Amino acid sequence: MATTATPTPTPARRRRGLPVVRQLRQAVGLQRGMLVAGLVLTGVFLLTAALADLLAPYGYNQLRDADGPFGAQQSPSGDHWLGTTVGGYDVLSRVIYGTRTALAVIVVAIVLSLFLGVLLGLLSGYFGGWLDRVLVVVCDAVYAFPTLLLAIVMAIVISGGQSSLWGGILAAAISITVIYIPQYFRVIRAETVRIKAEAYVESAKVIGASHWRIMTRHVLRNATRTLPLILTLNASEAILTLAGLGFLGFGIEPTAAAEWGFDLNRALSDVTSGIWWTSIFPGIAIVWVVLGLTLVGESLNDLADPRLRSRRAADAGETGEVTVVPGGPLGAGPAGLAGIEGAS
Amino acid sequence: MSTERMAPVGPVVSIQDLSVTFATDAGRVVAVQDVSLEVRAGEVLAIVGESGSGKTVTARSILGLLPETATTRGAVLLTRKDGSSSHDVVTLGRSDLGDVRGRDAAMVFQEPSTALNPVYKVGWQIVEGLRAHGGYSRAEARAKAVDVLRRVGIPEPEKRIDHYPHQFSGGQKQRIVIAQALVLDPGVIIADEPTTALDVTVQAEILDLLRRCRDEFGTAIVLITHNMGVVADLADRVAVMYQGQLVEQADVRTLFSAPREEYTRQLLGSVPRLGQGLARTQERAAARPAGWASATPVVEARDLRIVYPGRLRKPDFTAVDGVSFAIRPGEVLGLVGESGSGKTTIGRAIAGLTKVTGGSLSVLGTEMNGVKEKRFRPVRERVGFVFQDPASSFNPLLTIAQAVAEPLVVHGRAKDAHEARGRVDELLEAVQLPRSFGDRFPHELSGGQRQRASLARALALGPELLIADEPTSALDVSVQARVLELFDELQRELGFACLFISHDLAVVDLLADRIAVLYRGQLVEEGTGAQVLGAPQHPYTQRLLASLPVPDPDEQAARRATWRQLT
Amino acid sequence: MTTTTTELTGEPAAVPEAAPPPRRRRSGGLGSYIAVRFLLIFPTIFVLVTTVFFLMRTTGDPITAALGGRLGPAELAERVAAAGYDRPLFTQYLEYLGQLVRLDFGTTLSTNQPVTEVLADFGTATLELAFYALVVAFLVGIPLGRFAAYARDRWPDAVLRVFAILCYATPVFFAGMVLKLVFSSGLGWLPASGRASTRSEILIQTSVENPTGIYLIDAIKTGNGEVVQDVLEHAVLPAVALGLLTAGVFLRLVRTNVIGTLGMGYVEAARSRGVSERRLLRKHAYRPALIPIVTVIGLQVALLLGGAVLTETTFEWRGLGFQLSEYLQARDFVAVQGLVVLLAVVVAVTNFVVDVIAALIDPRVRY
Repeated sequence: MATTATPTPTPARRRRGLPVVRQLRQAVGLQRGMLVAGLVLTGVFLLTAALADLLAPYGYNQLRDADGPFGAQQSPSGDHWLGTTVGGYDVLSRVIYGTRTALAVIVVAIVLSLFLGVLLGLLSGYFGGWLDRVLVVVCDAVYAFPTLLLAIVMAIVISGGQSSLWGGILAAAISITVIYIPQYFRVIRAETVRIKAEAYVESAKVIGASHWRIMTRHVLRNATRTLPLILTLNASEAILTLAGLGFLGFGIEPTAAAEWGFDLNRALSDVTSGIWWTSIFPGIAIVWVVLGLTLVGESLNDLADPRLRSRRAADAGETGEVTVVPGGPLGAGPAGLAGIEGAS
Repeated sequence: MSTERMAPVGPVVSIQDLSVTFATDAGRVVAVQDVSLEVRAGEVLAIVGESGSGKTVTARSILGLLPETATTRGAVLLTRKDGSSSHDVVTLGRSDLGDVRGRDAAMVFQEPSTALNPVYKVGWQIVEGLRAHGGYSRAEARAKAVDVLRRVGIPEPEKRIDHYPHQFSGGQKQRIVIAQALVLDPGVIIADEPTTALDVTVQAEILDLLRRCRDEFGTAIVLITHNMGVVADLADRVAVMYQGQLVEQADVRTLFSAPREEYTRQLLGSVPRLGQGLARTQERAAARPAGWASATPVVEARDLRIVYPGRLRKPDFTAVDGVSFAIRPGEVLGLVGESGSGKTTIGRAIAGLTKVTGGSLSVLGTEMNGVKEKRFRPVRERVGFVFQDPASSFNPLLTIAQAVAEPLVVHGRAKDAHEARGRVDELLEAVQLPRSFGDRFPHELSGGQRQRASLARALALGPELLIADEPTSALDVSVQARVLELFDELQRELGFACLFISHDLAVVDLLADRIAVLYRGQLVEEGTGAQVLGAPQHPYTQRLLASLPVPDPDEQAARRATWRQLT
Repeated sequence: MTTTTTELTGEPAAVPEAAPPPRRRRSGGLGSYIAVRFLLIFPTIFVLVTTVFFLMRTTGDPITAALGGRLGPAELAERVAAAGYDRPLFTQYLEYLGQLVRLDFGTTLSTNQPVTEVLADFGTATLELAFYALVVAFLVGIPLGRFAAYARDRWPDAVLRVFAILCYATPVFFAGMVLKLVFSSGLGWLPASGRASTRSEILIQTSVENPTGIYLIDAIKTGNGEVVQDVLEHAVLPAVALGLLTAGVFLRLVRTNVIGTLGMGYVEAARSRGVSERRLLRKHAYRPALIPIVTVIGLQVALLLGGAVLTETTFEWRGLGFQLSEYLQARDFVAVQGLVVLLAVVVAVTNFVVDVIAALIDPRVRY
């Protein structure tokens, strides 16, 4: 989002509309349903994070109240709707406060990786040359590597393992940043290379526009159109990575913040003895957020890809879209309807 | 498979009151309205029209090949070649459609490279059609496939049957697509722009093959095309479509000699014809001031070589090989050649988009061999460029006014797009676009309008040289005619020198003072239109000229005879 | 046709005019492709090794990290000097590279065992788990993806897509825990953790000569049906947990690509000749869709390995991932670094193999 907010003349904005709102209008049937469901799930997540203090019955690190200690592994009851953990925390409160940690990590990770990834991708794709080749090799190497392992290495580097609230959030966010820079880099670079060969960039070159002008006025704004959907997909991956780190014991201390992965790690032994409430609820919270973000991302992706949009005829103004999938590049081909005149 | 012409036993295809509508984001769009047509056995019916006329939709409805968004009304009766059965395609279910498709009617597509599956051998793909209609053993099917490949003119079919599509040239691929259609011995072949993606010389061969399909296999052909020359060459009867409706139907001689409808007359009038440019060129040559011939050329190429380096041990590709030519002030040089001839590369080199690797190319006094972008940038102000594809030559996020103002802003003639608006409006008027179009976005303009805007942008700085790279090849003929006319007017008025690149001899002839013919990176012939088109010297020019179908059935028949002798 | 193939065959737009040099059968085509692709493994590994090395050392030396606080400063300094960690970083880096060339990935601090030996001891377990998971992923993901493409925009497609997203949205350890809660502690049908019961492990160790370390093979070698059953029962839950994660990705990949190829001209062309819809899906659209799928599946190896670490931890499946989390707990960063680098090599080599397979099934590269 940060980069797409470069000063844009109002007519262009007005014409194309805000990213998600425009797609919402465009969508039909099942795709619309998926997008709406995703937006609702994500909305609930954001609201919970905003209103955590009001919603949570206890603090995330509260072990006792006026009536004394909560007790460990208490099953759900009137006092503790979702029970208590092995450490004696209230599960519901930790699930609710966990949204804040998750949101903080998503925001920090995405802002950092977005800036660096877009900048590097743009420069590398536009100028090419040896720097481009080196960056491509580096980013491909990192891209192919298991994200979790890299996040572990980064977590060791940044915090040496465990840490405080902001230390932990930053550690997780920066670990995730390092992983996602190559992804933004790859997407933006590929788009830049494609756009560079477009006639309108060549015509800017023929006119005699400077590199800077071409990059900012013609390439950047066209290359970043796919960002909203990569953002949502990466946000959901960031949650999974954060949870994975927490599960392996690289989370944030329970006294510093609530983190679902860490709670699941602690609940691992409960599962064997049939205690379900300590694992199910934080787990559902993770699935909730990831599901919401993924649904939004996938719907945006489908709507942007003329092949995947539900069968109403393609929009004549949209050309050369990029498919983004967590797995990597997909085959791109012409739209199924493109060959039929009268359809557009 | 019968080799004699079938006795006409009534229509193979009978379309009655066909209407097709599509559901789109913008609501329902009527693509075809109340069209009735008949195709008789063994005849070639050409359906002509410009984009959006509904000709492709009509043809596809014969096979029930419309997308699910389409709603079809009316009847399409398809009769088997031997007359044994007859179906209304509109009412058929999925599996019955499968039975009819390929056997009663088969299709030949525009792009042979996308009509063939890249990961299967061509033989397998031919046999797939036979398998779908059953009754052949493996060996029989293969033998039939080899036979049909031989008949469409693929050399060594026994060996080539096991090759993959990418191992064939474009023309050969189209032959294979035709073979796929022929192998099932259908009563009618629907050929949707079968030669549009091919070079002129290849087009002539494919048209010849289609004619043999009719003569030797007795297959009727529905030929969908926008090219009146192709119609004149192949069709027995012509149906003209416009905006989803059938405008006129007549046999080919009547249509060309005495068109009944106004639209048909316009359409025929828009088609550029060889020799039209002659008078204009002579008039211009007479008006040249004395000493013009010795003026310093705007562009001068000597032994120009452009090589694209090969990657990964692949050999280098020489796109332009020792070409010399000159463009003098105010002169239009037409550069003609087929794909891969290097014509676009030369245009790009003059505009500084492609590096010159050998020889000398001087553009407005600047040597392009080894030039640095910094030194060339001031020269750019004096060079305009019009790109081929009007769809992609505008930044989709900028308004037309912003895009046309770009050169003015870049070269400091105006501070921003707003300040340049006065000049932009003048320019838009000069290219006959309403001022209000300046506030529109590129996708809101039609192809022809965009190409006008593109011309306005190229002329914004009053260039001494304009490079036009196939500026009209993506446009319909009637639009092309108007854009070419505009181009000619502006050129006379503003007097810029011009390199006009095209694959179409007739278009080049219309505008150019001199014509240069490129063949595989070499300049094979250069001279005035009268010289090059009237008395071509080089065998390639002769072949190119003979391959070009002209929009006149009788003249075209004579030309075909010449072409046969040349090949 | 596909982005992946353009990436393989080089940058487009090098020759603006459509002028492909006549493509003829070049005997060296595939050979030189494989050679070039093979050479690309090395920069990849080099980049990862270098990145991991310098990152890990920016925090200090591993001995201080592991033993700091437990030893006095003097003793600590002595241990650090003895291991050579007090030398200039670049010298250590060069030495480390030298070690790697000799396939020496370091020695763990906590168990004093060469990392290569850890690989030999626990690698087979991870391999076995990854294999089971891939089987699950292929069996579930590919047919369902093809079906979803076929039923596009109708209710089975909707159900399958939500299923795919759920597979993908559920952290593998949470999926594992739910499976354990239901099938193990709840219904009691399947064992909760480990690769086999203690009895089976003892039987395997005592009765099989040269055990492969892959329990299924070893169990079959014992000739004891109960052992085979026991091993398989232990494998079900981890395989499903990890397999479903990958299956979700496969499902959507296959769906997207098959929808893409179903819209291609050659499918339309085949349809125009009367080929049945079923055959269009199974042959004409599926095979061309497979090439990009294979390439992308190669990238899933990374996902699978990351998932394996978590799955192994969840199910106490004693493989490399389980070991890794043990070393993490012990703050044995030499072992962590060794394993990470080792896995980087595995990933790079697997991607190479997958790209070669993709090239083999693509006739445009083959000829």
